[in-house]
Amino acid sequence: MAAVKPVGPLLVEHAGASRATAAETDAVEGLSPEEIALRGHYYMALQREVEDRIERKLYRQGKILGGVYVGRGQEAICVGAGLAAEEEDWLYPCHRDLGLYLVRGVTPREIFAQYMGRVGGLTRGREGNMHMGDLKRRIVAIISAMAASVPVAAGTAMALKFQGSRQIVFNIFGDGATSRGDWHEGINLASVQKAPVVFICNNNQYAYSTPLEKQMACEHVADRAPGYGMPGEIVDGNDVFAVYNAVQRAAGRARAGQGPSLIECKTFRMTGHSAHDGGDYVPEHLWREWAEKCPIQRVERTLLECGWASREELDATHARIRREADEAIAWAENSPYPDPSTLTHDVYEGSR
Amino acid sequence: MAEVTYLEAIRQGIWEEMERDASVFCIGEDIGVYGGAFKITKGMLQRFGEQRIVDTPISESAIVGAAIGASFAGMRPVAEMQFSDFITCAFDQIVNFAAKTRYRWNAPAPLVVRAPSGGGIHGGPYHSQNPEAWFVKTPGLKVVEPATAYDAKGLMKSAIRDNDPVIFFEHKKLYRAVKGEVPASDYTVPLGKARLHREGKHIAVITYGAMVHVASEAATVLEREGVSLEILDLRTLLPLDEEAILASVKKCSRALVLHEDTLTGGIGGEISARISEKAFEWLDAPVVRLAAPDTPVPFAPPLEQAFLPDANKVIEKARWLAAY
Ligand SMILES: Cc1ncc(C[n+]2csc(CCOP(=O)(O)OP(=O)(O)O)c2C)c(N)n1
Repeated sequence: MAAVKPVGPLLVEHAGASRATAAETDAVEGLSPEEIALRGHYYMALQREVEDRIERKLYRQGKILGGVYVGRGQEAICVGAGLAAEEEDWLYPCHRDLGLYLVRGVTPREIFAQYMGRVGGLTRGREGNMHMGDLKRRIVAIISAMAASVPVAAGTAMALKFQGSRQIVFNIFGDGATSRGDWHEGINLASVQKAPVVFICNNNQYAYSTPLEKQMACEHVADRAPGYGMPGEIVDGNDVFAVYNAVQRAAGRARAGQGPSLIECKTFRMTGHSAHDGGDYVPEHLWREWAEKCPIQRVERTLLECGWASREELDATHARIRREADEAIAWAENSPYPDPSTLTHDVYEGSR
Repeated sequence: MAEVTYLEAIRQGIWEEMERDASVFCIGEDIGVYGGAFKITKGMLQRFGEQRIVDTPISESAIVGAAIGASFAGMRPVAEMQFSDFITCAFDQIVNFAAKTRYRWNAPAPLVVRAPSGGGIHGGPYHSQNPEAWFVKTPGLKVVEPATAYDAKGLMKSAIRDNDPVIFFEHKKLYRAVKGEVPASDYTVPLGKARLHREGKHIAVITYGAMVHVASEAATVLEREGVSLEILDLRTLLPLDEEAILASVKKCSRALVLHEDTLTGGIGGEISARISEKAFEWLDAPVVRLAAPDTPVPFAPPLEQAFLPDANKVIEKARWLAAY
């Protein structure tokens, strides 16, 4: 059982950190550091743009109703995990993990339409915001209750193991979710069953208004893992290479039949809990400190320093993403609302 | 008397009980510094301190379990579910522990579980449900859902003072939409007693929560057509005020049972059965139910609109009943 890595030095971030973890990538089988940087940058920037449009534009214009939750500042976690997942693997994202959908090929069109309750959305207007899944793409939708996905992810992993599949499961959740009984039951079951699943915690240090120290009396989420006989690892969640590498290693263990792992990604929620919450309970200095650690800016520095991209190329990527978003919003706004006559369809197979 | 919102009335009810009785305390997620997702407990941390406004981890089962345990030790906990949709996470503690403890070993559990419920706020399947029927079929619990500010405060006080576990549903749509006069002096509204919201002659509408206001809207329109609705606001769903239900039905001879919860297994079935058993001879028409269809609560506005009972749907049913 791997010991819990101390977290201290990781959080004292320095400019070279991403470069250092990029170098470590060479030791892990999978994408090259350059590929991680380029693809990671694109998907993180795309997530940021799509979520900015949703939260700061469409929501404020009244075009999106209901709850809006974004992953601003923590994109490296879902994108890093998404890059480590193989196409056939199963994904259990949570409510700030839009990047995981994007890496798997869900389009901004489908996402904007989902948020606007249109038929072109992933749930055809039945559901809103991040409550979306697509079985064909092996993305499982959350229910709202935090941590409810954990035992479900364990079950998918148990089935895959039973079927002799090479596929594994990736399940992401927040720090707050680890307080729920479902979390503990699911983690324990997965571990007892040596189910091929990678549990990934985005520890953004707040659950709604509740700071970590009111959520748990241990220092790290990863501290919970040894009690379940599972390796727990702590990584810098704002470093896409670090996330990728840790997830890749855990995926290797899962595929090798060694069972589940818990990876705690230290990060920060650079927004209130949701679009209607300004987050004024967060001490001012935390916003400032964590703004410095923006995962997108960090990977851009690495790209430039390593000569993998020029400033012009990065600008062109951002311009392309903005165009993609413009086009996708226009498409989504043209997608109709579901017809009220379909209200009772699909409660059961074939029901009308 | 001051006019306050339904939300403020609930807040005052809890606040005054906490002032009156040091054994009353609140426990839930984000209720302290943040003042609760809907701001019901706003300012209470400053007034009552962390011992009595207890912020918890995301642990509904532990919140209710701890409330039960504290009630055994002489406290009167008010536990908050951030949304009633998450009350499912505490289901076992509520229906198996709290509800049965008095009957099994004579250990009362005087606690209140507050649960913001209901749709019409674009919340989708997990922020819009009306789960009252799950609890109405659990002997040992009391189930309350006020429709007005006056009742919200008075029922909250009664719920806190009651010596049995009370599930207190608060309709989210009413929080800021409904206002009413609330006395500054101490008063309570008894549990288990319905209230005549509107007197009428032709059709007894038996309802509660947000649907009281929907029925009122329909009554205004129907009055112009010469159809007079009587509206009975149940206020407490368990125990049911059968006497008040039967009195209204016998007076009007036609009954419409209305709720926002879905139809099958909703409390409307129970009410309509009791009317059939006990007021059959007085009826001039079948007892009619109007409720949400048997589907999850959809997100897209046109779907949600089709899902929720509204004044037009009440009018349609009432016209049918009147013409029967
Ligand atoms: C069981 C349950 N209780 C309450 C809520 C309301 N709620 C939604 S998100 C949230 C905070 C979640 O915190 P965390 O798991 O750390 O994820 P984060 O939002 O920080 O990414 C809460 C309390 C919920 N969704 N589920």
